[in-house]
Amino acid sequence: MFENLSQRLESAIKKVRGQAKITEENIAESLQEVRNALLDADVNFQVAKKFIETVKEKAVGQEVKGRITPSQLIVKIIHDELVELMGATKTDIKMASKPPTVIMIAGLQGSGKTTFSAKLAKFLKNKGRQPLLVAGDIYRPAAIDQLKMLAEQINIPVYTEEGVEPVKLSTDAVAYAKKMMRDTVIIDTAGRLSIDEEMMAEVENIKKSVSPDEILFVCDAMTGQDAVTTAKTFHERLSFDGVILTKLDGDTRGGAALSIRSVVEKPIKFVGVGEKIENLEPFYPDRIASRILGMGDVLTLVEKAQRQFDEQEARDLEDKIRRNEFTLQDFLDQIRQIKKMGNLRDLLGMLPGMDKAMRNVPVDDKALVRVEALIQSMTVAERDNPKIINGSRRRRIARGSGSTVQDVNRLLKQFSDMQRMMKRLTKGKGGKMGVMNGLKAANQMRRARK
Amino acid sequence: MGFFNKIKKKVQDTASKTSEKMSAVAEKTKKVLKIERLREGLTKTRKNFSDRLKGLLSAGRKIDAALIDEIEEVLITSDIGVKTTTRIIDGVKSRVRKGQHQDAGVLYDMIKEEIRNILVTSPSVEADKAYTTNPEDVPHVIMVVGVNGVGKTTTIGKLARNYREAGKQVLIGAADTFRAAANEQLEVWAQRAEVDIIKQHHGADPASVAFDTVKSAISRDAEVVIIDTAGRLHNKVGLMGELEKMSRVMQKQRENAPHDTFLVLDATTGQNAIQQAKEFMKATPVTGLILTKLDGTAKGGVVIAIAAEFSIPVRYIGVGEKIEDLQPFEPEKFVNALFEDKMDYEEVEVPVDEDDAINE
Ligand SMILES: Nc1nc2c(ncn2[C@@H]2O[C@H](COP(=O)(O)OP(=O)(O)OP(=O)(O)O)[C@@H](O)[C@H]2O)c(=O)[nH]1
Ligand SMILES: [Mg+2]
Repeated sequence: MFENLSQRLESAIKKVRGQAKITEENIAESLQEVRNALLDADVNFQVAKKFIETVKEKAVGQEVKGRITPSQLIVKIIHDELVELMGATKTDIKMASKPPTVIMIAGLQGSGKTTFSAKLAKFLKNKGRQPLLVAGDIYRPAAIDQLKMLAEQINIPVYTEEGVEPVKLSTDAVAYAKKMMRDTVIIDTAGRLSIDEEMMAEVENIKKSVSPDEILFVCDAMTGQDAVTTAKTFHERLSFDGVILTKLDGDTRGGAALSIRSVVEKPIKFVGVGEKIENLEPFYPDRIASRILGMGDVLTLVEKAQRQFDEQEARDLEDKIRRNEFTLQDFLDQIRQIKKMGNLRDLLGMLPGMDKAMRNVPVDDKALVRVEALIQSMTVAERDNPKIINGSRRRRIARGSGSTVQDVNRLLKQFSDMQRMMKRLTKGKGGKMGVMNGLKAANQMRRARK
Repeated sequence: MGFFNKIKKKVQDTASKTSEKMSAVAEKTKKVLKIERLREGLTKTRKNFSDRLKGLLSAGRKIDAALIDEIEEVLITSDIGVKTTTRIIDGVKSRVRKGQHQDAGVLYDMIKEEIRNILVTSPSVEADKAYTTNPEDVPHVIMVVGVNGVGKTTTIGKLARNYREAGKQVLIGAADTFRAAANEQLEVWAQRAEVDIIKQHHGADPASVAFDTVKSAISRDAEVVIIDTAGRLHNKVGLMGELEKMSRVMQKQRENAPHDTFLVLDATTGQNAIQQAKEFMKATPVTGLILTKLDGTAKGGVVIAIAAEFSIPVRYIGVGEKIEDLQPFEPEKFVNALFEDKMDYEEVEVPVDEDDAINE
């Protein structure tokens, strides 16, 4: 359902090809596509509308230079604008000058408050602090047990008090922390609806009674158009200091992030990327920007690749492929580099268009190990020119690598298929981006931003 | 018949008549209360939706492109989504063209009609409203699935209670063995619903819990089994595969189990809800959808998008945290609650006599 935005833009923008300047007329359709993409990503309607206006202002009149296509240019403008709106990466938690530092966690039902409380406790513990978790949800069945069980996994004490309402419980917890020399108090609160007056008053009262140094609003990344209203209401009542976006390990496009940012001027500090306590990450504005636009996590890939890939090498490789000199040795080098970069499927999934294409292909890292062994058992001459690998050579390679002749046959077949495919990719213009082109485009974008 | 006997009979008659009427009135009150709960639960959505539409359409405006844009905005901000919104707008436009209308006043009813049409032609109309089960399938096994934090456990508590009140013996299986204290949470709900629960230790194999539950239900002749499952994001292949394994294992006891698989969706979720539904349907044969937390959002429109998009009925909607706030989804009532300020209780009938004493 969610087509890739770049693909959609591609078709909308055909008309612009060959025109040297972006004008209001020639991008109208593209902007409509962008708007719909944003709405499909759950960006709030008004926010999307305003955003499009800004992009239009910035884009109109720009010249389309060199090899950059108009759609690339627009995507870049949009992407940059998104990144800027999203603010900087910030994971700082305001610490009290006199301990304990009090942190309060609030949000809707099921948004991930309790899980995040535990994650934060662990994060701070790793930084050398001594947290105390407070079970402030006395309403939901087993909420206290849940926090206790999580805390036990990370060896952090939990403060509970039978039959005591959350406001008093919280002040008691702070006093207890002082006594026990715990320097950080994390209060998990019950989930509440922004329209539930009684519950909203309660959380406001907790705030009044313990004056937290930091109030964090936890929000499910899948939230729809209502994200704005909810965030606003919580902010009006609590004036929170930061936002936590959870469940980003799903496939939501996360438009809520943009919506929230544009109604409350508070940073998104962390994102939750899984149910386990260690699944917590800082918030990277450029990643979420690509995600909202449905561009794959191009930038994450670029970052990873950057560390490993010498750009020159990539260019050489592309030349080789073009001249059909891509050998088994190059293939082996590639495999090794890919292995350094991490899990293959993750890596391929980050390339635009690839995630879908690869969904049903069994890519496992074990297969890579086998391929590596096979190539290693070949002579240099064989690696450079696989055509010379006859029956007896195949048997030798199989024996040397501890595999079968069928394995060797399969590899050689795959390799020749691959050569053919790569040639097509590097030749084809306007078709799907090849791996190398994808990397290059991403690099360009990254450099352009700096 | 002696005089006293006559009197006695008269008194008895009156008494039984009265009690009949009392229970009819009680029944009516219950129904009215239910509709009231639905209306109340949808207050936020209605305010956002029909009040805004009315504001747009009442001021004697003429129908033009700008107005259509504004209507589109109202629909999209209710989470109806670009696709279904376009469908509604196109329908309205063609009605306007046919009737050569100019005055915006006619649009309100047209929009209502379009939405009504979407809902009453959707499979949701056919959904079972009475907590009945097929007598051939004892136990009737229901597996409840969904992403994290949508309210599966709470919904199961309410479902269990409703089935029990419909006279069925219910057994709950605590197959969310992953989330901390999920067992404990479900236990509380089982107590509230006054039904039994089968569980194992934290971290146990969920398929084994499911197996145990069905087995135990068979041995005690329970009519309904409800299996809770851990929340899972639909893009996690391994976890989705686990659902299939659970089904397979239950089928060792009962060939057709699970007879129902309910997918729970959170109404505050945006367009990802559609993605969730698609992926869950691929992984496991979902037979019904449940939308929770409708009271908490101004964007109940996602129900419309979901009903429009899928061939699987919306079975229940959650409009509040109390047990009675899980209601069968009735498209007609839903549309009325969404569009009308006042409810029409005519459909809730009660026999009334002329000499009705309790009416005074
Ligand atoms: N996949 C994924 N699941 C998450 C994440 N954070 C929380 N969860 C899950 O979401 C569900 C709800 O999380 P909780 O931490 O219980 O949420 P809560 O806000 O405390 O919920 P209430 O107290 O009931 O309002 C649980 O199943 C968690 O395991 C995340 O980042 N990714
Ligand atoms: Mg909680």
